[in-house]
Amino acid sequence: MITTSQTPGVLDTLDPELMDRVVTRRGAVSGISNTAAALAIASVPIGLGLFARQAFAQGTLPQSIIDVLNFALTLEYLEAEFYTLGVPEVVPPADCAIMLQIMKHEVAHVALLKSVLGSAAIAKPTFDFTAKGMFPDVFKNYQTFLVLAQGFEDTGVRAYKGQAGALISNNAILTTALQIHSVEGRHAAIVRTLRNLKGWITRDVNDVPALNAVYAGEENTVQAGVNTAVFANVDAASEAFDEPLTKAAVLAIAAPFIVT
Amino acid sequence: MQWAGVSFAVVLTACGESTTAPIAPTTPSGDLSLGTGDNGVLNYAYALEQLEAAYYTQVVATPYTGISALELTLLTDIKLHEVVHRDFLKAALGAAAIGALEVDFTSVDFTSRASVLGTAKVFEDLGVAAYNGAGQLFTDANLLLIAGKIVSVEARHAAIIRNLLNPKSADFAGDDVVNPTTGLDRAFTPAMVLTAADPFVKTEIDFSTLPTN
Repeated sequence: MITTSQTPGVLDTLDPELMDRVVTRRGAVSGISNTAAALAIASVPIGLGLFARQAFAQGTLPQSIIDVLNFALTLEYLEAEFYTLGVPEVVPPADCAIMLQIMKHEVAHVALLKSVLGSAAIAKPTFDFTAKGMFPDVFKNYQTFLVLAQGFEDTGVRAYKGQAGALISNNAILTTALQIHSVEGRHAAIVRTLRNLKGWITRDVNDVPALNAVYAGEENTVQAGVNTAVFANVDAASEAFDEPLTKAAVLAIAAPFIVT
Repeated sequence: MQWAGVSFAVVLTACGESTTAPIAPTTPSGDLSLGTGDNGVLNYAYALEQLEAAYYTQVVATPYTGISALELTLLTDIKLHEVVHRDFLKAALGAAAIGALEVDFTSVDFTSRASVLGTAKVFEDLGVAAYNGAGQLFTDANLLLIAGKIVSVEARHAAIIRNLLNPKSADFAGDDVVNPTTGLDRAFTPAMVLTAADPFVKTEIDFSTLPTN
């Protein structure tokens, strides 16, 4: 099976520098973002090229799997750009360690998926994180930023879960997708704590109406025909299982943020 | 845990001479064989959830010194989640479910926050790696989805426990569990997971019949 290599990556060495710039030079956005992006991209061939070539026979993937991976890549592009643009702008120093770690992972997920897809990878869409004016202060108001971060992470968890079955024929790619999926779960939990919420989703409870679609269906407590509420209570039973979303439902959630 | 031993039986040959011959490996009394196929993988998950549920039941029954109200609330939530996972898997397995696991938490100081949360961190990270590695062992996509519904909750637990231990740091998804270059969480084989869980489990678990891919 797969164990993670703990060889330090280029991004590790970037963190202290990035942190320093975020704290001391907040506002100098473009320089930071470009530096982060450039170094992230530069690290890809070193970190991923060999891994990807060995693990996946690139170029021989069936179209159905390519479609799933490009769907995942769309979400990762969105998350990576969201944090790359927003973290230097709006995150207070106390939360930088958390947000830089999330940003690092999302940038890595983009690079990994692009590496797996090779020439089949879609280009990065153009995003509008104000969602056509619905969130005009997304990169100026930290609470708005956190609402969107929570929405993106909890959606990401549900999106990967919904695609697992479509990858069941390819063990390497299924396992890789699961390894991304649980990282999105860690991200979602920590972002929720920054909004003073619990790390898990209780029924379909959500304090921001704009995110209602992200939580629709999370109240389910019947698993494989078993009513799990009888083992504790409805709240705990709904929290204990995260529910999937279809590709269509995820794309509907993401659509307001995608210009082209 | 130990491997189920190979037994030998005295066999009488046709001419009355006796000889010894190996018979099929047996599972000694008290051992749990996880079984085969998808049910075997579910039993593997059931064993881990039994371990986690038993652990948090003890944690909540005897809260550590100086526990905060928030910490007790979170740990109680986690306990209920693990109980739901355990009882669901038992119900889903029906007659195929393994018996009760005998746990051993003598290495844990339940009065100590560091010991309790440190052990919780081990269990949650291990649970994540176990489910991530087990996904490919399923043949039924519906069961794969169920496992997926559970693993992200274990990941949420892991992040919250880690944040209690080291608040506001990168540890919620630290470089020790999420590869900083690939952004991938860990994925372990059953052998790796059960070896890591071994200090906490008295029951001998035979996982040799589980699918391997």
